[in-house]
Amino acid sequence: MKPILEVKNISKLFTLQHREAYLSFRDKISNILSPSVETEDFWALKDVSFDVQAGESVGIIGRNGAGKSTLLKILSKITPPTKGKIISRGRTASLLEVGTGFHPELTGRENVFFNGSLLGMKKAEIQKRFDEMIDFSGTEKFLDTPLKRYSSGMQLRLAFSVAAFLESEILIIDEILAVGDTEFQKKCLGKIGAVIKGGRTILFVSHNLQAVMSLCSRGIYLEDGGVKDSGEVRHTVKTYLDRYDAVDSDWKNVFNKGTSKADPDFRLLKIFFKQNEIEVFGNIVNGEDLQIEIYYELFSKLIGFRVFVDVCDQLGSVIFRSFHDENIRTRPMMGKGKYLSKITIPANFLGPIAYDFKFSFGIHNVRMLEPAEGISYKVNVEQTGDYNNAYGGQYSAGLICPILRWEIIDDTIA
Amino acid sequence: MPLQEAEESIIVPPRKLSLNLGELWQYRELFYFFTWRDIKVKYKQTLLGVFWAILQPLFMMLLFTFFFGRALKIETQGLPYPVFVFSGLVIWNLFSTGIINAGNSMVTNSNIIKKIYFPRLIIPISSILSSLIDFFFAFVILIVMLISYGQPVNFLYAILFWPLGILLACIGTFGPGSWLAALNIKYRDFRYVIPFLVQALLFLTPVIYPITVVQSSWMQTLLALNPMYSAVEIFRAPLVGGLTNPGLALISIGSSIVLFFIGLLYFKNTEMYFADLA
Repeated sequence: MKPILEVKNISKLFTLQHREAYLSFRDKISNILSPSVETEDFWALKDVSFDVQAGESVGIIGRNGAGKSTLLKILSKITPPTKGKIISRGRTASLLEVGTGFHPELTGRENVFFNGSLLGMKKAEIQKRFDEMIDFSGTEKFLDTPLKRYSSGMQLRLAFSVAAFLESEILIIDEILAVGDTEFQKKCLGKIGAVIKGGRTILFVSHNLQAVMSLCSRGIYLEDGGVKDSGEVRHTVKTYLDRYDAVDSDWKNVFNKGTSKADPDFRLLKIFFKQNEIEVFGNIVNGEDLQIEIYYELFSKLIGFRVFVDVCDQLGSVIFRSFHDENIRTRPMMGKGKYLSKITIPANFLGPIAYDFKFSFGIHNVRMLEPAEGISYKVNVEQTGDYNNAYGGQYSAGLICPILRWEIIDDTIA
Repeated sequence: MPLQEAEESIIVPPRKLSLNLGELWQYRELFYFFTWRDIKVKYKQTLLGVFWAILQPLFMMLLFTFFFGRALKIETQGLPYPVFVFSGLVIWNLFSTGIINAGNSMVTNSNIIKKIYFPRLIIPISSILSSLIDFFFAFVILIVMLISYGQPVNFLYAILFWPLGILLACIGTFGPGSWLAALNIKYRDFRYVIPFLVQALLFLTPVIYPITVVQSSWMQTLLALNPMYSAVEIFRAPLVGGLTNPGLALISIGSSIVLFFIGLLYFKNTEMYFADLA
């Protein structure tokens, strides 16, 4: 079967004028008089080609300015390419922004209709799905209230709900999950996941690598307007992170093969952070278990070899330390070979703050193994776990937030 | 999924001009939604609401009646001055609000055109359609006025000339309106040009005086190049029993049609870059 979307050698040229943000007639006139205005050609996209098969979900990743948004704009027909050709074989809907055309003076209901029709829905189609949309957004009480009275979160929910019911074979989504509260983000991701399972083709741009990896089967990594890598999503994300030096430099190490300094007895291979069987990079939630997998190799037989992790706050104080042989009552003897030590940090334990996870390796009472200073990863935790939210948005303060066993007993003497 | 029947659509760099009217038809519901939104937004939070559509020409009529009708005693083709000026003003306002809204429409909707694709022509056309709604309210007042003044109206002419006048006003608004809309998004200077243009044109159109106040025939011809000349004259024809000067009306219609195509072609030629410029 022919691919549902063929992108062939797409290039886009912008001519930058080193002057004001928009043209004025005066400039035009002065250009005629002295045509020496500095301009610079800038290729936002250079020879981008790829095919998308029906039912595929493709994640487009890359740094800011890599050309992701320009590519989506060309695919959405908002701006024309300078060169190249795109063939699409199906109705395309694009969602480059949540709530485009929302007007503060119009009511929720009116905005749903206007926004829906902008997105390409027929009036009858909107009427048919209207109740579902409102239900999904949870704003039924405010349907006839002007949008300006809505909280920004409510506006966002309403906007996403309209978009969620778009019916098209190809759906193009740009970085819409960067906004909104965690709970609603999860709901949106769930909805996008359901859409993908429904067999529709999706192109998804996001900086949230975790979302890209969990939703998409294929990745396209753009850099400086060109396709740097394309293929299985995990592989593409890895390539991207390998090159991505500026930020998250410690996360790059996750993929590094072992440690830089050699140790005669030991070599660290890999450390994986996982939630729900999906690899995560730096951002986790405390509503789910966190698994950390530490792969390493021993070159000789070691007694009392210990892997341990120090979970530290941002000031460097150790909040707690945990050893890989904590559940064993002997000193394990480990022979030459490759090993995996796995730790699970349960849900509802970490607090919604940033931690440093520092891994160290040593032989008890003998010496620390290289890297002697340990290896650290910064992890941001988002609150999705349980807490009594009857009092509003406050969850317990502190460096860790475990759910402990409390009881409230009526002790009145009868 | 019915992929087999899905038609191929192709995106390539813009080469030749195509009007693509079929696409406009495909998106026809958007005309309704844009017009509906413009009207809703315009009158929400106003105390008098749609009454403004009536009050504005009524006040202007009173002003002009006082200054031109009473003080200057202009000859008005046998019509009472208030009737003469109001019949001109209703159709003039259709043009002036239409062209101001259309001219600014691409800039005010730039956040939408940067994020969603649809035929861009829908935006200026819808702003003209929404001024057409205002027009109909004022038109009702004109009818009331004609009845209360006991003004004889030629019914055959009315059925023929009123719709024609309205159509000509819309065509005359669309041409310069879409041209200005496209220019405005590229050169924001046109934001200042539009109100000035409208103001000047009011005095060059036979709204508050008949064209006969200008004596020289070449001056009349020059004034007839204004597309609104024919719209106003033809709209007023049922009240004065015919056209004053059919030749001049034809010149004006011709200029209206020429401007219509200049505006349309300029707009279509530049529309794909609106999102980059906005």
